[in-house]
Amino acid sequence: MTAALSQHPLRDARSVDSAGGPELAVACFHCGTPCPDRNHVRGERHFCCLGCQTVHELLQDQGLGHYYDLGATPGRRQPVLTGEDRYAFLDESSVRDRLLDFASDETQRVTFHVPAIHCVACVWLLENLFRLQPGVGSSTVNFARREVSIQFDPRQVSLAKVAGVLDTLGYPPDLKLSALDSRRGSAVPRRLWLQLGVAGFVFGNTMLFSLPGYFGLDAFSGPTFQKMFGVLSLLLGLPVVLFSAADYWRAAWYSLQQRRLSIEVPIALGIAALFAQSAYEVLSGHGEGYFDSLAGLLFFLLSGRVFQQKAFDRLTFDRDYKAFFPLSVIRLNAGTEERVSLAQLNVGDHLRIRHGELVPADARLIRGQASMDYSFVTGEADPVSRQVNDVLYAGGCQTGGTIDLEILKPVSQSYLTSLWNQEAFRKEKDDTFDTLTNRYSVRFTWLILLIAAGAAAFWTWSDPARGIRAFVGVLIVACPCALALAAPFTLGTAVRVLGRRGFFLRNGQVLEALAGIDSVVFDKTGTLTATAGGEVKFTGTELRPEELRAIRALASQSSHPLARRVVASLTPDSEVAPEVEEFSEVLGQGVTGRVEGREWWLGSPEWLREAGVELSASALEASSVHVARDGRYCGRFTVANSLRPETDRLLQGLATDCDLALLSGDNDREAARFRALFGLPATLEFNQSPARKLEFIRSLQEQGRSVMMVGDGLNDAGALRQSQVGVAVVEQIGAFSPASDVILEASRLSRLGALRKFAGTTLNLIRASFVISTLYNVIGLSIAAAGQLSPVVCAILMPLSSVTVVAFAVGAVHWFGRRAGLGPVLGTGEELS
Amino acid sequence: MSVILLLIPFSIVIAAGFLGAFFWAVRSGQYEDTATPSMRLLTDETARVRRETLDQERGS
Repeated sequence: MTAALSQHPLRDARSVDSAGGPELAVACFHCGTPCPDRNHVRGERHFCCLGCQTVHELLQDQGLGHYYDLGATPGRRQPVLTGEDRYAFLDESSVRDRLLDFASDETQRVTFHVPAIHCVACVWLLENLFRLQPGVGSSTVNFARREVSIQFDPRQVSLAKVAGVLDTLGYPPDLKLSALDSRRGSAVPRRLWLQLGVAGFVFGNTMLFSLPGYFGLDAFSGPTFQKMFGVLSLLLGLPVVLFSAADYWRAAWYSLQQRRLSIEVPIALGIAALFAQSAYEVLSGHGEGYFDSLAGLLFFLLSGRVFQQKAFDRLTFDRDYKAFFPLSVIRLNAGTEERVSLAQLNVGDHLRIRHGELVPADARLIRGQASMDYSFVTGEADPVSRQVNDVLYAGGCQTGGTIDLEILKPVSQSYLTSLWNQEAFRKEKDDTFDTLTNRYSVRFTWLILLIAAGAAAFWTWSDPARGIRAFVGVLIVACPCALALAAPFTLGTAVRVLGRRGFFLRNGQVLEALAGIDSVVFDKTGTLTATAGGEVKFTGTELRPEELRAIRALASQSSHPLARRVVASLTPDSEVAPEVEEFSEVLGQGVTGRVEGREWWLGSPEWLREAGVELSASALEASSVHVARDGRYCGRFTVANSLRPETDRLLQGLATDCDLALLSGDNDREAARFRALFGLPATLEFNQSPARKLEFIRSLQEQGRSVMMVGDGLNDAGALRQSQVGVAVVEQIGAFSPASDVILEASRLSRLGALRKFAGTTLNLIRASFVISTLYNVIGLSIAAAGQLSPVVCAILMPLSSVTVVAFAVGAVHWFGRRAGLGPVLGTGEELS
Repeated sequence: MSVILLLIPFSIVIAAGFLGAFFWAVRSGQYEDTATPSMRLLTDETARVRRETLDQERGS
């Protein structure tokens, strides 16, 4: 954000620059894209397309030019202005009622997720929406969540119009099926803040009342004050016990009902002992009790919970097909197109699907040539072509021209959704009770009860009053505050440290699971290999621009992945692509056709050789597209290895103490290459369906393995969920990822081994914190068991142990985090914290 | 020393006032988004000034 501001003067410099040198591509004033031509100019400002220019003029006319002062080229490229009818479906009551946060006759409020929000200028523009659109009241941006909440007057402006205005400005709301479901709650519930506030307030005040007692000032203050302070402390202590500690009472009660000892049980026991003893002392006039320790204990415990919740509120980890399907599609109604919501579709409806859009339900192709990319569902990277009357399954993405479909099944019964609804895919991960803290606290609780009973039994013999004091004293001082804080602070800090480095964990328990992993299963497409990118290089006789143009035109006729990579590498010039005549394609081999009077062949070396082209022997290698013109060999395009960098090192590192496996939905043409990477003991399976992947993970688990699944698409969703740790690899944080435990930025994949090691380190740090906490407990317990516990000892020991444990946890995790080889901190980092 | 009997309830009332302010801050949602206000601060001045001029334009 500050970077954007500091770049500001650069923008003027650039526009001067570009005016002087016509060879330089001029950056669009609105979005920063290099302008392909000089057709869109206003004053000294150039625009790459009509869309950007229109938005710019709209903002200028409304006096919102300040937008451009806040950041250099803050806009988003908008080559096509979208019609407002695109959002017409939002005005149907069924959709609208579920989207609106609040509705009355005069005011309605809606919250849109707008992924395009990225800088301070966006915040400013969206919060000034009321000046662009009459009827819009206030709008508030939540930057961290990329959300804008808009209040508007439904008599003046419709919901569809509001969404349309956002879209026009380059901030299209993200309207997916999941938007209709319940919203995410806030990071830290308000109730928790209030509980913390009350505990802190009482902590501070009772401490003041207790100090005179600790320093022995009673001598000249007299028993009146002692009595008064005691009563005041008791009154202040009540809200802490009744309100701040309410969640601990409930959790302890619940866990007793389940006949399990969770960490909440000793905490509740300690609070009860503290309060009972203190109330008794005050009411009987014996002393002032331990109210400051009680409030302090709750204050530290609640701080730990706030910290934990803040650390884990980052990304949504539970996303299913609903986050993938759009909210609306184009339906054909007597020849006219209309936008309707997915919920309104019926069997027999005719849909129009454009390039890049999804097939929302199983359907029959009735017009056009379908080239379905099912990579999201099956993992197969090559698009499959389908002819008229073929059945298309839901979840496919059309690449190529526009097609028309007839729906065969309702959305909810389609292949993808029925797959998702299968029992195994829906299986919720057990709410793991068996965490490190709980295992420890079970032993701890029994031990404490034993010591308390032992001390009581010992003293009751000689002095019954001392026996009761010792019993209560042990319960008070052994309150596992430090124990309860060790895990949240260590795990919370670890999650933060990791988050800043591009690893996002669902919660702290994932770290425990990570440390115990002994098998790692990888998906191939999109996980180990990048779906796009990778350099395409041409070697051979130099090609002239018109020849490159011809090759591009020919290659763009094919949907083979290599052909598509070649097309993507050849930048289109502004001229119209030349016509391809006598085109023919042999699937998996190559394409041929006549362009501008010359015959071109693109394809595999064998295929070219069959066609009578002479090839040198060195040209025989995979991942390359060979080119021949008029029967003469020209050269080849080598498509660079699209394997993510350092994959070999990652696999070698993991192979030392883990079993590796590769499950790919793709065909086995690269089997040899992956065998070399994974080594001999690894399992390699190709042509795997989503259900098979899940089955594979389950069979490993039945052999007692602890499995980590690394995948990226919906096709891995079941396996990700079944495994102990599901790692979703995403190209861009915030992009779609299926339900998982860890979201990993693709560039960090090679650090997976370091992540696993760091998880082990973190668990050791928790154990070390337990040792520290135990040391304090030994001191406290020996005093308490002797029946000598006084409020002042308690007041020193308790905060001291908590603070030491927290300081140790936070400090040590940061120290080890920097040395764990997790890679540098991501760019701004701030944006996601 | 008896003045303390007066001062202590007084101090608690003041402290309770701050607690009340905290309750108000939490209830009004100030703890829900701590990122955006820091960005809004950078543009607040101009937005306010412009809003006023706009109001004047609309008023005239």
